[in-house]
Amino acid sequence: MTTPTVSTEPNTRANTHVGAKPFDLSQPSVRTAPVSDEHAVVSIKDFNLWYGNFQALHHVSLNIPKNQVTALIGASGCGKSTLLRAINRMNDLIPIVKTDGTITYEGVDLYDRAVDPVEVRRRVGMVFQKPNPFPKSVFDNVAFGPRLNAYKGDLNALVEKSLKRAALWEEVKDKLKGSGLGLSGGQQQRLCIARAMATEPDIILMDEPTSALDPMSTDRIEGLIHEIKEHYTVVIVTHNMQQAGRVSDRTAFMHLGVLIEEGPTDQIFTNPKHEMTERYVEGRFG
Amino acid sequence: MERKTPGMLGRARAVGLNKRADRRVGEAVIGTLLLLCALVSVVTTVAVVYSIAEETFQFFREVSVVEFFTSRVWTPLFENQNFGIAPLVLGTLMVTSIACVIGLPLGLGAAIYLAEFAGDRTRRTVTPILEVLAGIPTVALGYFALLFVTPVIRDLIPGVNLFNPLSAGFVMAFLILPTVTSISVDSLRAVPRSLREAGYGLGASKFELITRVVVPAALSGIIASFILAISRAIGETMIVTLASGGRPNFTFDPRQEMATMTAFIVQAGTGDQAAGSLGARSLYAVAAVLFTITLVLNILSQQVVRRFSEKYE
Ligand SMILES: Nc1ncnc2c1ncn2[C@@H]1O[C@H](COP(=O)(O)OP(=O)(O)OP(=O)(O)O)[C@@H](O)[C@H]1O
Ligand SMILES: [Mg+2]
Repeated sequence: MTTPTVSTEPNTRANTHVGAKPFDLSQPSVRTAPVSDEHAVVSIKDFNLWYGNFQALHHVSLNIPKNQVTALIGASGCGKSTLLRAINRMNDLIPIVKTDGTITYEGVDLYDRAVDPVEVRRRVGMVFQKPNPFPKSVFDNVAFGPRLNAYKGDLNALVEKSLKRAALWEEVKDKLKGSGLGLSGGQQQRLCIARAMATEPDIILMDEPTSALDPMSTDRIEGLIHEIKEHYTVVIVTHNMQQAGRVSDRTAFMHLGVLIEEGPTDQIFTNPKHEMTERYVEGRFG
Repeated sequence: MERKTPGMLGRARAVGLNKRADRRVGEAVIGTLLLLCALVSVVTTVAVVYSIAEETFQFFREVSVVEFFTSRVWTPLFENQNFGIAPLVLGTLMVTSIACVIGLPLGLGAAIYLAEFAGDRTRRTVTPILEVLAGIPTVALGYFALLFVTPVIRDLIPGVNLFNPLSAGFVMAFLILPTVTSISVDSLRAVPRSLREAGYGLGASKFELITRVVVPAALSGIIASFILAISRAIGETMIVTLASGGRPNFTFDPRQEMATMTAFIVQAGTGDQAAGSLGARSLYAVAAVLFTITLVLNILSQQVVRRFSEKYE
């Protein structure tokens, strides 16, 4: 395939009884107002991924628009994290993983032999489900990435800027030398976001960034995601439908490793075209 | 709380809930035996410490503390007695430093390899080999140093005495290596996956991840392993007695014969010093210094390990 499948037709296949019937993995994804290749910062094309013999992603194609928030939703085990981690080649760390298909970023196939995954991860940052600050000071946590890159500019200014963007500066400006582990869970997660932003990536991947946090911290981070998309492209995995609705511009729904439907978030939530998407967003889904 | 109700014993017996005398007696006996085991070790420790302290105290009634710590001549077993412990401390430091310079980096390197690079199969083969190394009797290592390593060193470096701290330190490096490696491997592998992913996610290469994330996070465990290794090297006796010699020599030249504190204790203990003589008591004074140093090191390493266990989350 050279262009993403574009089909705004409602899917008419008989997939109404999920679980009762074997799932048809070869159906095309339903797309509403698809993002063109020119507007995509990352373009996933016909991407397959296996853990050993188990195929976790089937022919996934998805264009991710620049400076927007794309949400990945779907039931547990459908491959959201796998797809997310494919974008910055984190899956390379698992020896049994095999892939085919392409993920292009600025016209470069990230899975080409000529590409260094370490460099990919400097451009595509990641925030994990559980806050994972290093057992270092707040400052050293944020400065970690810039130091790897032998950052030439003013490191103090960069750390301050990153912490401000992560809406954490006011709370930690007097304890930059204190341990990152001394912060609350929500603060730690914002620290991790600041840390990811300090490497000045183009894209930030977030895998359920608020699932370990209380509602207040969740609010703050959702607000934050809204603000940072001015500077970054964000891809976020979430189990929380309200959250997907609140923070994302576009939403992609996955099921058993297949991209079922994608489109503008309001469309996916108010007017889903695929029966399974509808069942999922209405919470009638396993 | 338990209370006593008339007639309850009979009813408890009827349904099998009564206390069983035989079980209680058995448990009491076992408890007492275990207590005795614990007591024996405590009592011996106290007895040893007491006897060292007592003899040391007697020693310092005749020898000035100032002389002991400042004089550079140690000849307590000779006619003309001198009691400056400096040459012995220097000998111990010399051998220990040589052992550490070789053994600590090598042990840490092996640990990093085993924890971060080696496959499961390699790890499973190498770990038992290290344990064998740790189990070689030190007297065998001592003869190995004297008979095999010393000749090689004397060929390579001119002017090396038959007994010298170089050979002893070199062989001792392999004695302390397993200590460093096994403790360091454990602490490196205890660094959680989430921290590794954080590092990789920020664009660290494997080497950068190890030097900037994994080793710093495991640092307290690694330092603890170093301290234990140093403490073991300081207390080691057979290798130094056999390979480094028994002549106390205040020198910084590792080609010369140098006696360590432990080597002197062996010498004095196997010699024909009359009990209660000053020569015999000097043994205890040296033992007290040695004991203090290793005790401080062990406490230090425990302190470090405690910090280490609070490290993550
Ligand atoms: N390291 C691995 N080895 C083998 N199989 C794996 C591995 N990681 C994930 N899988 C499998 O791949 C599939 C997709 O997993 P993935 O973690 O991407 O799901 P997910 O959508 O993120 O689920 P969740 O919402 O529970 O996080 C699952 O069936 C999972 O069991
Ligand atoms: Mg997941």
